[in-house]
Amino acid sequence: MSEAPAFRRVAAFGGVYSNHLALAAAIADARERGAEQLLCLGDLGAFGPNPDRVFPLLRENGIPVVRGNYDDSIARGLDDCQCGYTDPRDNHYARLSYRYTFAKTSPANRAWMDGFPGEIRFRLGDLRVLACHGSPRQTNEFLWESATPTHFLAKLARDHDCDVILGTHTGIHWRRRLGERSWYVNAGALGRPANDGRTEVWYALLEAEGPQLSVEFVPVAYDHEALADEMRDERLPEEFIETIRTGWWTTCLEVLPGRERARGRY
Amino acid sequence: MGSTHILVPAGATAARDPQRGPVLVQLRPPPSPAPELPLTALDQLWFQVSGTVCNLRCRHCFISCSPGNHTFWFMSRTEVRAALQASVEHGVKEYYFTGGEPFMNREIVGILGDALELGPATVLTNATLLPPRRVEALAGIAAASPYSLELRVSLDGVTAEMNDALRGAGAFERAMGGVERLVGAGFLPIITCMRSWEDEETDDILGRFRELLAGIGYTRARLKILPPLLIGAEAERTHGYAPEERVTHEMLHGFDLDQLLCTRARLVTARGVYACPILLDSPSARLGDSLAEAAAAPARLAEQACYTCYRSGAICSNVPATGRDLQ
Repeated sequence: MSEAPAFRRVAAFGGVYSNHLALAAAIADARERGAEQLLCLGDLGAFGPNPDRVFPLLRENGIPVVRGNYDDSIARGLDDCQCGYTDPRDNHYARLSYRYTFAKTSPANRAWMDGFPGEIRFRLGDLRVLACHGSPRQTNEFLWESATPTHFLAKLARDHDCDVILGTHTGIHWRRRLGERSWYVNAGALGRPANDGRTEVWYALLEAEGPQLSVEFVPVAYDHEALADEMRDERLPEEFIETIRTGWWTTCLEVLPGRERARGRY
Repeated sequence: MGSTHILVPAGATAARDPQRGPVLVQLRPPPSPAPELPLTALDQLWFQVSGTVCNLRCRHCFISCSPGNHTFWFMSRTEVRAALQASVEHGVKEYYFTGGEPFMNREIVGILGDALELGPATVLTNATLLPPRRVEALAGIAAASPYSLELRVSLDGVTAEMNDALRGAGAFERAMGGVERLVGAGFLPIITCMRSWEDEETDDILGRFRELLAGIGYTRARLKILPPLLIGAEAERTHGYAPEERVTHEMLHGFDLDQLLCTRARLVTARGVYACPILLDSPSARLGDSLAEAAAAPARLAEQACYTCYRSGAICSNVPATGRDLQ
């Protein structure tokens, strides 16, 4: 790895959740900001409408994808999304979403997803980056800002031989410096807003000069009303549409730690 | 974890995929009839911070805590701090504080503050010892930390009659007062309830809990239903496990071991370090004097309560384990 050629500026997209309109807007935005490479951290489906619409955007733009838990489930035809909910309400909506996404994802796209790697490694400046979905050790591990100690992340980086861990899975962007040249960056999600009352979605732009990393979280405004209409046409739950239109999460709340939950409306 | 892909700028040659073997968990064969499991990672560190001392005398307590049960004594702030420091090199992800009733320990707020300097902390409480000044102090340490302070409140019924039959007269009213003050201070306590009804009634009970809590201003209640553990006082109140209700080697074939708390946690007490917070009365669960010793020792699934963990999956965690065999 040490002699591998390095990037200087990359854009990382978190969970897409079938939000093809946000993905298209983020691709254009990242290119405009001079990202040499775009990559996606997995979970192409879930939540949004018409899952097959995200695939051409990824292929045409040469965007490599890390295998998310949703991709793993859909590709392998598992029974659920592997988010591990026990709350009956969360489970109800997770099931609805999963069944819809599974039924609407073409066999060809499922086969393509089955080839996604569990992690992608690259050099950014002098830094070794490990891009994963949840955590380097577990695809569906939630790393929330208020529930993830710095020493835990530093150990993960040591155990997995990297300077920067880049992940998603939670849907809320955050970053933390772990040491002089060590970072954790959660890119957030393109699929739905960050439970902050704003309709924009977020991605991460990472730039390195030697060992110095700078991370910018970029809000992406897109035609969220058009997405809401499309979701309604597909008869997706009103609760999901409300999230797109208001920026507040209405479902999948069980896994949120107290602090992140308290910041939201529900 | 699945395969690795090396990404390089356009035109460059990709480096070789590093060879990584799968993580194997070795189950020890007989002569021991009970399976033994090594610690996969020390994700959760539990503290028996008030020992077996509790202000209540619940009829279903799996370790029979009471005001007079001094089998395990309080941990001092100094003892807890030492274990917290030792936990850093293990990369512990979450800290849990239990008892007895943790708020019987006079140093509890300081102890929680120490933990919150390092990571997220959860305290399991009956919420009957939460006067306004203490709740204010908790809100203060929570606001000063980047990490979540979770209050997990045991409430075993939706009425005083239902709850107090298990937890004693007056417990319901006092606990509801505690929850109301916590909510007023900005906390979203996790309400846990031992299932003492038939399975098919669960949805109805959950609905009644939501209604009850909304009545005191807690409109987005976090609820967690726990299965009964048929040991301690609960075994006397109802019944113990049937002889065949044990975890065997065969049952672990193909089983997701992350669902068993002892593969990811240890419990520190004033009298040594244990495999899990449920097995305080089981000598076989004591794994050493120090955290390092107990982390290196395998946990033996020798107790029948292990069967409940096996069936229900790490019930003691705030959120269920999500470890699965992903490709």
